[in-house]
Amino acid sequence: MTVAVKFFASLKEQLGCDGATVEIGEVATAADVWLQASGGKAMPGNVLVAINMEYSGQNATVHDGDEVAFFPPVTGG
Amino acid sequence: MKIEVRAAALDPWREVADYEQAQTALHGAAGAAAVFVGSMRDLNEGDAISAMTLEHYPGMTEKHLAKICTAAADRWDLLDTLVVHRVGELHPADPIVLVAVWSAHRKDAFEACRHIMEDLKSNAPFWKKEQLQSGHRWVEKNTAGY
Repeated sequence: MTVAVKFFASLKEQLGCDGATVEIGEVATAADVWLQASGGKAMPGNVLVAINMEYSGQNATVHDGDEVAFFPPVTGG
Repeated sequence: MKIEVRAAALDPWREVADYEQAQTALHGAAGAAAVFVGSMRDLNEGDAISAMTLEHYPGMTEKHLAKICTAAADRWDLLDTLVVHRVGELHPADPIVLVAVWSAHRKDAFEACRHIMEDLKSNAPFWKKEQLQSGHRWVEKNTAGY
């Protein structure tokens, strides 16, 4: 299946890209998507995950066509 | 209810006045308006800050702000809510965020305004990058509001 990956803020700078399209096996979690999209880097402990623009856990299952975003703690306002 | 993420300059007081004037349903019904404006400071963690860049997650940010405001409207008796948040480059004293809430009585307006602001700070996907004399740095966490 195919998922769209997005990275934001400091994570985008650390990884050197704002996202990617990832081909991954039919059964995968957000953490699996991270590993593939980041080239096998360990996920920093404070990273937040959103699937289709809703907060989600790292162990949540992703589906074909999902948008999976990874970003650091938010600092708006 | 109006939610906006804006790259252009924000004048929160004009925004509130214009919105209130346009929402005729508020006229006579709103006994209370609570307004929070957050602006950029020129100092953070002991360092002078000359500018700041605010990044967001287009789509999710607006969706999440709407969710926060809808949840507040379920919890309190509100007549209307207006949230405008800046993105892009800001300078000291520039307004960053406006939260305005109208209700019949002050309790609902005060409490909902505070709640929306705190939820926004904790959960809405925005990120600040500060410009210091020595370079850039990402803000890693917000100060506690309660």
